[in-house]
Amino acid sequence: MATSLELEINGRKYSVNYPPDTPLLYVLRDELGLTGTKYGCGEGMCGACTVLLAGTARRSCQIPVSAAISKPITTIEGLEKNGALHPVQQAFLDAGAFQCAYCTSGMIMSSVSLLQSNAHPSAEQIVQSLQGNICRCGTHPRILEAVQRAAEKMQGASK
Amino acid sequence: MNRTEESFLLEPERYEFRAMPMHQFALGRRDFFKIFGAGLAVFAVAKNVSAMQETAPGPHGFHPEELAKEIGAWLHIGEDGTVTGFAGKAEIGQNVRTSLAQTIADELGVAFASVRMVLADTALTPFDAGTFGSRTTPTMTPQLRKVAAAARDLLVEKAAKQWNVAAEKLVAGDGKVSDPASGKSLRYAELAREDFGGQKPPAEDPVKPAAQWTIAGKPVAKVDAREFVTGGHHYTTDLRPEGMLYGKILRPPSFGATLIAYDDSAAKALKDVVLVRDGDFVGAAAPTVAAVEAALALLDVKWNEVPQISDQEIYSYLKKNAQPSKEARFRQAKGSVEEGLTAAAHKLDASYTVAYIAHAPLEPRAAVAQWTDGKLTVWMGTQRPFAVRDDLADIFHVPEKNVRVIVPDTGSAYGGKHTSDAGLEAARLARAAGGRPVKLVWTREEEFTWAYFRPAGVIDVNSGIAADGKLTAWEFHNYHSGMSGIETPYAVTNQITEYHQVPLVLRSGSYRGLAATANHFARETHMDSLANASSMDPLEFRLKNLADPRMRAVLETGAKAFGWPRQKNADGQGFGVAAGYEKGSYVATFAEIFVDRKKNSVALKKLVEVFECGAIVNPDGLRHQVVGAMIQGLGGALFESIQFEKGRISNAHFSSYRVPRFKDVPEIEAILLDRKDIPSAGAGETPIMAIAPAIGNAFYDATKVRLTKLPLQPELHLLG
Repeated sequence: MATSLELEINGRKYSVNYPPDTPLLYVLRDELGLTGTKYGCGEGMCGACTVLLAGTARRSCQIPVSAAISKPITTIEGLEKNGALHPVQQAFLDAGAFQCAYCTSGMIMSSVSLLQSNAHPSAEQIVQSLQGNICRCGTHPRILEAVQRAAEKMQGASK
Repeated sequence: MNRTEESFLLEPERYEFRAMPMHQFALGRRDFFKIFGAGLAVFAVAKNVSAMQETAPGPHGFHPEELAKEIGAWLHIGEDGTVTGFAGKAEIGQNVRTSLAQTIADELGVAFASVRMVLADTALTPFDAGTFGSRTTPTMTPQLRKVAAAARDLLVEKAAKQWNVAAEKLVAGDGKVSDPASGKSLRYAELAREDFGGQKPPAEDPVKPAAQWTIAGKPVAKVDAREFVTGGHHYTTDLRPEGMLYGKILRPPSFGATLIAYDDSAAKALKDVVLVRDGDFVGAAAPTVAAVEAALALLDVKWNEVPQISDQEIYSYLKKNAQPSKEARFRQAKGSVEEGLTAAAHKLDASYTVAYIAHAPLEPRAAVAQWTDGKLTVWMGTQRPFAVRDDLADIFHVPEKNVRVIVPDTGSAYGGKHTSDAGLEAARLARAAGGRPVKLVWTREEEFTWAYFRPAGVIDVNSGIAADGKLTAWEFHNYHSGMSGIETPYAVTNQITEYHQVPLVLRSGSYRGLAATANHFARETHMDSLANASSMDPLEFRLKNLADPRMRAVLETGAKAFGWPRQKNADGQGFGVAAGYEKGSYVATFAEIFVDRKKNSVALKKLVEVFECGAIVNPDGLRHQVVGAMIQGLGGALFESIQFEKGRISNAHFSSYRVPRFKDVPEIEAILLDRKDIPSAGAGETPIMAIAPAIGNAFYDATKVRLTKLPLQPELHLLG
């Protein structure tokens, strides 16, 4: 049964009417038009649908919308602030870290989550935290380079 | 399903296998009489002979339309100086939106930022057979250069007329025509204002040689890159036109199953649901995904299943069911293999197998279809928009001009998005939806099941070498997987190369590199065994049998970078090499592996690859293609394999079908050789071919265990 639910996404409040077990991904994409978050497998295996739920990277295809109420949600659309890209977005852009770019939103969200919890990740830690994100075009070396660049930039900025 | 015999056999050497549509709908004549077709706003749809030659006649035959000779069909210069290029190629992540714009900017003499490309829209772009076979760079790049050169010459002529000076005294560049003598200049935009579109370009235009390129040949960043890091780009799956319904197909439980009972009485009671049953096709559309899933769940259907071959028996099946060669081109022979074997000091007979693998593009097959006044518009991530248009026109009995296919820049394809399936399905549902658009996005499971695969194959090689390491005999038989890259680049007088067709078991089609990966795996593994039999260094053995200077160059450059021959500094270390050439480009791959026998573990440490495809158009984009192919190639080399039984795919999920992930990626060095003296070839495929044999050969070097089956990993435990 459809239920009225309150969501907070990218700092905005939304009220949606959905069955509570609907995956958050479908509500974001189909109801709210936040299509930057991608469907890749629907099984939590590819990372294309990654969003931040209360600051932590989660697979939105695996989260029932009811589990997302009263927690702030950030999608790729919410990273840009006043026309300025998030340092991770900028680093992906600078490194040209995408080909078809369908995985890019998920890669960026996973990386943002990592850098929020660990400002100085080692190469192994970056690999570990992106292991759940699939890139079929084989852009992995540039993605790692982008995350390293972003980490350096963010450290520089916070000093 | 109404398939002809033709569709059951893999087209062996052509760039692309043409899979027949999965569905044939029984639309009545009345339906297509309803269609009334004032022309779409068609802008300069035209046919191009060089693009047409890529495709052999399919069920629809060639298109006999006239060739495009109007500049307006390919290029437009706006009054604000904006240059628009038109091409039927699709952007699928290979960066052609960027490389084609570079080419136009370079030849026309305008800033790169002022050029925009309209791609893959059957109503707006010239006819194109498809984006495949590494053909965009060798065919579309020169085509756009000729068009841009012709446009530039026309602008110069116009200025010359206006100023009453000789055209050859004028200079074109920086978006303007200038007269150095008088100091006068006119911008292209001003010159182009009148009477531009109808002019014909001269047939043979001089184009700039690569040595004089200023914008092409440089690492220009991807066009619209910002849209991809903000989530702003809309792929087909992201489209949400007004009033859109979500479609879904009820798939049969197994391949070849037919519908024998259908009861929709319960589903019919649902509000706002469109149900379609057309032969074995069953689908629905509704305002939400949940509603359409609920509708399908209420359908009561029965299927008749038929026996199917399983992965356990596939290789013996392929050998047993090989058809006698119908065509001379399947078999190439010279000299006498028998005599060559008699003369050999060492002989080697071996068999290799290659599993079915899936493309698994991260954006699944998807389409949005809408019927308006009998005209159909389909947005779809496809590599063949014009072929999809033809299929739609055929199947729905509407004139081609009433069907428009638009390809949003797509979430990758790798040879997997050639067929019209998702578009046909969405259009069939939309046909029942009263003008409302219908979006259909295949689930990952549907992707892994109902798309098509890179075909499995068996390859038998018999060979002989003389005491000095020269090849004396070479006999190579490929069963089913295909003819791409089947011909040996090594010099051998006595040889037989034969391709054996086998009726399709699983729906199969093109995949990045097609059969070149299978054929190179067999050949380069076999060459390694022969080097070992003659106690020669594998690189030295290859060079001894190799005359082609371009192939020698990639091998020699790679050897230097890798440090071949390398001394082992640890037990378990192994080094391997493999090389090849296909579609006008050359590759050599070197691999370093580490095998820990105690832990029964294998680690791929490093890959060095040298690639040469003539003059490089965009080194940054090319590096993406080469490194991308190397990493994608790890999957087919090491662990990707489609498993199937009883007409079902047993591993139709990313949890059971393993693709390369970050931890699988070794240290990678890609070296690009820029040959400005050689016309540019494509680069989408060849860099994948030598990965598997290089790794397998490194494994042999470390363990003396020879791996002969792709993927390699299931065999790795042999070392224990």
